[in-house]
Formats: sequence, structure tokens, C-alpha cells
Amino acid sequence: MIRDITLGQYFPGKSWVHRLDPRIKIIATLVYIAALFVAHDFLGILIAVGALAMVIAISRVPLSFMLRGLKPIFLIILFTFVLNLFMIPGKVMARIWILTITEEGLYMAFFMAARLILLIIGSSLLTLTTKPMSLTDGIESLLSPFRKLGVPAHELAMMMTIALRFIPTLLEETDKIMKAQQARGADFESGNIIRRAKSLIPILVPLFISAFRIAQELAMAMEARCYRGGKYRTRMNAMKLEARDFAALILMILFLAGMIAERILL
Amino acid sequence: MSEMIRIENLVFNYTREQDDEEISAIRDVSLTVNKGSFTAIIGRNGSGKSTLAKNINALLLPSSGVVYVNGYDTAKEEDVWNIRQSAAMVFQNPDNQIVSSIVEDDVAFGPENLGVEPEQIRKRVDDSLKAVNMYQHRKKAPHLLSGGQKQRIAIAGAIAMRPECIVFDEPTAMLDPKGREEVMSIIKELHQEGITVVLITHFMEEAAQAERIVIMDRGKIALDGTPGEVFLHRDAIQEMNLDVPLAVELSWRLRRRGIDIPEDIISMEEMVEFLCQYK
Repeated sequence: MIRDITLGQYFPGKSWVHRLDPRIKIIATLVYIAALFVAHDFLGILIAVGALAMVIAISRVPLSFMLRGLKPIFLIILFTFVLNLFMIPGKVMARIWILTITEEGLYMAFFMAARLILLIIGSSLLTLTTKPMSLTDGIESLLSPFRKLGVPAHELAMMMTIALRFIPTLLEETDKIMKAQQARGADFESGNIIRRAKSLIPILVPLFISAFRIAQELAMAMEARCYRGGKYRTRMNAMKLEARDFAALILMILFLAGMIAERILL
Repeated sequence: MSEMIRIENLVFNYTREQDDEEISAIRDVSLTVNKGSFTAIIGRNGSGKSTLAKNINALLLPSSGVVYVNGYDTAKEEDVWNIRQSAAMVFQNPDNQIVSSIVEDDVAFGPENLGVEPEQIRKRVDDSLKAVNMYQHRKKAPHLLSGGQKQRIAIAGAIAMRPECIVFDEPTAMLDPKGREEVMSIIKELHQEGITVVLITHFMEEAAQAERIVIMDRGKIALDGTPGEVFLHRDAIQEMNLDVPLAVELSWRLRRRGIDIPEDIISMEEMVEFLCQYK
């Protein structure tokens, strides 16, 4: 069962969005998030929804995948909604016990919830259409200008690469240890939360030991393959900006300009 | 024939962590490996064979003595990358030496570290993957492959550095019989293509496929010679808790019963052929 796990939430595809340079996609996501904070009314939000809907349509990733990303933060959205609903002063619309709902509160509640939802969907579009490895390469490349300021761009990217590579290995290791402990009568399923947490100790200790052993072996294998940090290193798949990347860049600038214009003029 | 590796009076000591005791893993070993040869180094656990392999790759440095790889002294820090490029290494556990979650990116890791041009890396990666017969799996994730396939990826990663010599440190120890066979046949192919092969193993059947067998025992070289020469010392080998190949054992027993079997017979096929013609 562990062999089937997918890394990240990449949705395989060959769409225009999938094939964009990862750097462009990361920048686009950041621009989109910034634009969401530029928006101050529902017209702005509407433009943002339209832009996102267009990109999602081009990416051909089913909407259900997008919405899946909302599940873990549903509570946060609800909390923001309720908080805004009751806490903003203004013209009173309704009164429930000691709580009052104002017109401004209702407006802000919907506005903030919409902003949050767009924020999540916008960023999950990035991870849905970009392979974790390309994402890593993109982050390394985007951070490399800051290397002079002491940002360890290559090291961060290498750590992400190795982490991605070893997730399945460590899961397999965990599975092995659990089975070995179960074979000797360990019980992970019964008892209350504290008991169950305690029963995890005999898994975690050997898992940590084996993680350190793996790290040591990997370090030696990397050294044997002449790894000496980012210096002198070249890449097989050097990233190259293509026409579609520039087109995306222009669309992105137009979108941001539109959002700013909407805020200033309307 | 020129020398690939020259080891002179190598001693390697380390401090055991449990009790701070000084242990000599290698005690005065001298060994020369010629370019283009296929040498197997065999010994049981703790004989110092893996430590010897790591000394060849400058992953460990001699306590005393010298190790030359392709003319470079491993103790000289400025030559370490030349050494690791000319004598690549493949380790025991296929999982713990693969760096990337895409097969072809992993094979590219070595040449990328060497600063090879991108188009050249692409060519090397494709060639290496074809050499180990894994080209069709180049886009896959390593954790979906079998042990033997993963080990072949690790070998491709070593070949992509275009080394003259590859040191295999028990490459088949964690594989099933099928994976073991796949890896052994690739090792033999690489040797035929001119790469110097040093195979560290504890399977005598694998060592018997080399041109030369070096048996290590307690940090020293106990026996050294062609398989035929080495297997003449059947009793000494068994005293070191190692097995001789079945054919060698059989010929020893037959010889004891007065049947004259030539000493260069070490494989089952040769034995069968000889016995069928025996009158």
C-alpha cells in the first residue's frame, strides 16, 4: 500500500499551464496572492475569480482537486467568517442573544472568506500543475540571486530534493518496524490517545536511528559521486524561458495592473 | 599493463565507539590492480574488505601507508575529485545511494557535480541508462523499482561519471537471486568494455567469475591469485569460514578418490563438460 503513495499533489497533464516554466508559475502565484490583497471590494474579487477560473480551465485539472485543498483549512475559513460577521461595528441588521450582525460585518465576512478561498485555490493550482522536482528547481533558481546575501539557495533545494526522495523510503522503513513490533506483540490500536501515543515510542526510536544511518550512507554515496555543494555544479535540464512563459508574464502584469486600476479608479 | 590502483603497506585504524578501543581494520596490505582487470576481494564480515574499498575512493584515508589511484595519492586533498571521478563507487544498499526521485535526474547527479555541459550530461545519462538496460524506466520514481533495478540505476550513476575503474562494495548483498544475476552480468559487461572492476563480495560464486581473487582475513591478504590458483587452497579457505564454489568442492572430493581433475575447473559448466568426456 505504501508503494502507491504520490508525492505532493501533482496532477499529471500536458496543458499550457503544466508546461510553463516553474519560476514563472511561482512568481504568478505570488503576484496573484498580492493582487488578492490589492482587491478591496467584490468587483476586485470577481476579477480575481475570473482570472483564476480561466487558468483552471486551461490547466484541465478537475475542480474537485482544487476544492480538496480547502478541506484542511475549512475551520479557519469558518472561524474568519464568523469572527468578521459578529465583530465589525456598523449598521445593525440582526441581533442574536448578545451577538449582533452588522451590514458591514456581513459584507466583510463574505469578502474575507472569498479572499481566503481564492488564496488557497490559487496556490494549490501551482502544486497541482508543477512536479515537486521542478518546483524545487524553480525555487533554487529564484533564490539564487539572494545567495550573495547569505541565502543558501542550492542547499535548500538539495534538502527538498532529498526529503522528497526519502519520504517513500522512510515510510517503508516505518512499515517494516511496525510489523516487526507487532510480530512481537506490540499493540498500536487500542487504548486512549495517551496510551496510543506512548505505543508509538518503540516505532519512533528505531525509525530515528535508521534515518541517521540512511543519512550517513547517503552522504558517503554523494561524496563518492563528487558532490561538493552548489559550486561548479551544472544542471542537465537547464530551465529556459519560452514564448509561452513571456506571454504568461505579460498576462500576469496586465492582471495586476487591472487589479490596481480597479482599486484606484472605482 | 599500467596500474589503476596501487596500495602500499596500507594500515587503517579506527576507534570503536562503544569502548573507545583502537581497532585495526587493515593491517599492512599491499596490492596492485592493473587497468582493465577484474579483481574480486572476498572475505567474511570484519575482514576489512569494505574499509579497503573506501580507502580506494578517498572516503577513508590511510592511518599509514599510501594509496594511489590512477597515479593520484588519496591523501592529497586537491586530487580527491580526480580520484573519485576516475574510480567511481557503487555501494551495498541501493536505496541509500539514490539522490533524486526521478531516475534520470539521479544518473545526472555525478556529471552535474563534475560541471559537465548540459547537452553532454544528457548524452551521458542516456548512454549510461542504456548500458544497464534501464533506459525505458528513465522517468520513473526509484521507489517503484525492484532492488536489482535500483542497483542498476546506481551503477548507471557511476558510469555517467565516465570512470576508468568502478569499485563495487558488496553490490548484490541486499538483492534477491534475480537482482544478483542482473547486477553480476552488468559488472561483467562493463569489464568487457574495458572498465577496471574491483568487486568486494562475500559470495564465492561471484568472486569466482573474476580474473583474480584476493581473499582478506582479519585485515590482511590471506590468498591472492587467479581463481584456479586460489581454490587449490580449499582447506585454508574453509578455515577462514568461506565457502568454495560447488564445482571446486566436487573436484576436491573426486581428486581424493583418485580421479584426476584439472585445477582450472571452477564452474559447474566446465565440470559437467569435463566429466562427460572423462573416460
